[in-house]
Amino acid sequence: MAVDTTVYKEIEGTGGDYYSLVGWLAVMIAAGLGSTYYMEHHGHVVTGMSNAIVWGTPHVFAVFLIVAASGALNIASISSVFSKYHYKPLARLSAITALALLAGGLMVLVLDLGRPDRLIVAMTKYNFKSIFAWNIYLYTGFFVIVLTYLWMMMERRMVPHSKKAGLFAFVWRLALTTGTGSIFGFLVARPGYDAAIMAPMFIAMSFSFGLAFFIILVSVTYKTSGRPLGDLILFKMRNLLGVFIAAAFYFTVVQHLTNLYAAEHSGVEAFILMDGGIYTFLFWVVQVGLGTVFPMALLFNPATGRTCQGIVIASLLVIVGGLAQMYVIIVGGQAFPLQLFPGMEVSSSFFDGAVHAYAPSLPEVLLGLSGIAMTLMIVTVAIKYLPLMPTSLSDAKVDPHHASKDA
Amino acid sequence: MNAVDTSRRNLLKGGAAAAIVTLAPGVTLQTVQAAVTGPATNAKRWGMLIDANAPEGVWDLAVDACKAEQGWGKDEKDANPATDPQWIRKVSIKDPKTGAKASLPVMCQHCANPPCVDVCPTGASMKREDGIVLVDKHICIGCRYCMMACPYSCRSFVHEDVHGQRPHMPRGKGTVESCTMCVHRVDKGQKPACVEALNKAGSNAIMFGDLNDPNSEISRAVSKYVTQRIRADLGVEPGVHYRGI
Amino acid sequence: MRSASRILSLTILGFVLIAFGIGSGLMATSAQAGEVPLPKPAKAFKGEQCVEPTDVMRRNHFEFLKHQRDETLREGIRGNKYSLNECIDCHAVTSPDVAGGKVRTLKPFCAECHSYAAVSIDCFQCHSGAAQPGIGSQSALPADHADKALVAALEKHLNTGAKQ
Repeated sequence: MAVDTTVYKEIEGTGGDYYSLVGWLAVMIAAGLGSTYYMEHHGHVVTGMSNAIVWGTPHVFAVFLIVAASGALNIASISSVFSKYHYKPLARLSAITALALLAGGLMVLVLDLGRPDRLIVAMTKYNFKSIFAWNIYLYTGFFVIVLTYLWMMMERRMVPHSKKAGLFAFVWRLALTTGTGSIFGFLVARPGYDAAIMAPMFIAMSFSFGLAFFIILVSVTYKTSGRPLGDLILFKMRNLLGVFIAAAFYFTVVQHLTNLYAAEHSGVEAFILMDGGIYTFLFWVVQVGLGTVFPMALLFNPATGRTCQGIVIASLLVIVGGLAQMYVIIVGGQAFPLQLFPGMEVSSSFFDGAVHAYAPSLPEVLLGLSGIAMTLMIVTVAIKYLPLMPTSLSDAKVDPHHASKDA
Repeated sequence: MNAVDTSRRNLLKGGAAAAIVTLAPGVTLQTVQAAVTGPATNAKRWGMLIDANAPEGVWDLAVDACKAEQGWGKDEKDANPATDPQWIRKVSIKDPKTGAKASLPVMCQHCANPPCVDVCPTGASMKREDGIVLVDKHICIGCRYCMMACPYSCRSFVHEDVHGQRPHMPRGKGTVESCTMCVHRVDKGQKPACVEALNKAGSNAIMFGDLNDPNSEISRAVSKYVTQRIRADLGVEPGVHYRGI
Repeated sequence: MRSASRILSLTILGFVLIAFGIGSGLMATSAQAGEVPLPKPAKAFKGEQCVEPTDVMRRNHFEFLKHQRDETLREGIRGNKYSLNECIDCHAVTSPDVAGGKVRTLKPFCAECHSYAAVSIDCFQCHSGAAQPGIGSQSALPADHADKALVAALEKHLNTGAKQ
């Protein structure tokens, strides 16, 4: 095994571009905090969420970020656990991106609570039958483990131990994503959830969303800092992304096919796939079309798939599709009414039997976006003060022995 | 012999009175200690039996009684149906093929295996030993996961500031609430407000009692008639039985 | 050279912190000289003596409340020594700030000390703390609650009388 000669160096971070980026991210975070104050002060009546749709836009963003967080750690895991040394130079950046995504997602989740002042209660009183309670440990544990892993990669004398830490982090993030998927999978009451496949589906989604986010991050940071980004590593990540998009799509297909087969679930399937209005549109046009088929075409068409721009656009589309998928799962799953009396038409003052209405409100959207802003802010600041980014990701640096072949 | 010695009698009366006054606190002190009620035990299992054949109007009575007792009602002009709490609601059912209709009230079903209790991260959603499912609003963080989990959609999130709470029913913004089966009345040996209101109107459409007591009215009714429970297939074992659906 | 200046700056920092600590201690004692008036919680509506001596209550009332709330809510034990309704029954007073002085609530009693100590409590976001006529029937206290208080007072009177 060749000695790792990668040079990691902080970025300059002194230009007007850098400061205006930080400024805009700070504004977005402030907007999210302002929304939180507004929602907390007036109560959730100012949002679009109701007694029927209890989790809305903030949860769509939060769950997306949390799912992407465990996926963003993939590059580091692949390099440590599976010994693919091409990805080694990006391992540090992968770890910090994972931490940043999780921090952003959790921030949104916590700020949306009805009583965020009781966060201490949530961290000291546990009902261990609840997957939520387990998730609190999984999320905080993830922070500790990935920080340790990152430190081990950066501290020369600990580098030999980083492989073990990487393996531990890899197993932990699988548990974390299983826990996140199980939040929905464990709900027997709702026909749109209640499926064991939720957990592996979320894992596949995490691979896809996390890598897409990471690719965009790497491309943008390298282009703007003027450091070389070679085709080799870019095309390797592109191929990985293609595989992950296909895997996530596979699980989606299996989930819907299984539901379609069972007469019990035909109602909710017809709702999502055919007459759900916005949810049907988001599923077919955005999740499947823009988020799966179109990126795959972009990635594997030689004209677009071999350009950095094409790969970045495909990654952006995957993220858009991912947000739509979260919206369909989280909001669509709640919009379809509970079947208290299967086969009967039901009505009441509490909207039984009727599709529940929901429209995202401004405070919710601002809060959700502030989560993404927090993620980007953490990464932006981290790459300035810590040596996380290799000075060069050119083909020669990534793989000194490579023979140039068509990727 | 005819002249009774009243002075001795008076002395005895006075002495007896003094003795009683001295002893009485000691005697009543024992009963004072026993005046503490509870704890609830699983010797009882509170439940309801609802007769869906009753005329529709009684369900409106039940809803109004609950609003008045627990304080969650709102003026018509301030009403916001999507976010206003509804602890109990009248559900109208129609068979799309035959046109047959029915209506019945749905409230917290006080399940024996409540999904809301399973999913609550802090343990705020809880089941008391005697089967009443409650929200401990002291530790509720307002995450609404229990609302996602409830098959009967019977929980409400308090979306706005609350004023004018009933002294026995603290409620506040940012927490989740649902039917308490009038636990404050049940613990005093009374019936829930909805049951009482119906009884006053001469209806027994909602019957309340101890399902574990074979001699209670509800146990005898549940043994005599085959009753149904909403979504019994889920295995959550609701404490609210229905007849006639 | 560098370590010397570091020692010097740390020493100065240490002195500053100590001075701050002593200074704030001095300022605290000067408060009792009359800068911030001490709280005067309202006299109880009825009863001569709380269920615990004043200094015990002052130090521990939150512990009692915290354990009592679980006993009442989670276990269904009502009417015992630290029951919230017991507190309300005696300590709820009228205040011009609350419903124009028409309703007896616990709020003015608690607020007096809590605003002095700047310890915010969120009890009254949910609890009305209001005493209403016939609280015995409104709350879950046993029906003979008022008699119980009378007997306790009588017993105390008799005991103190016997000692004379």
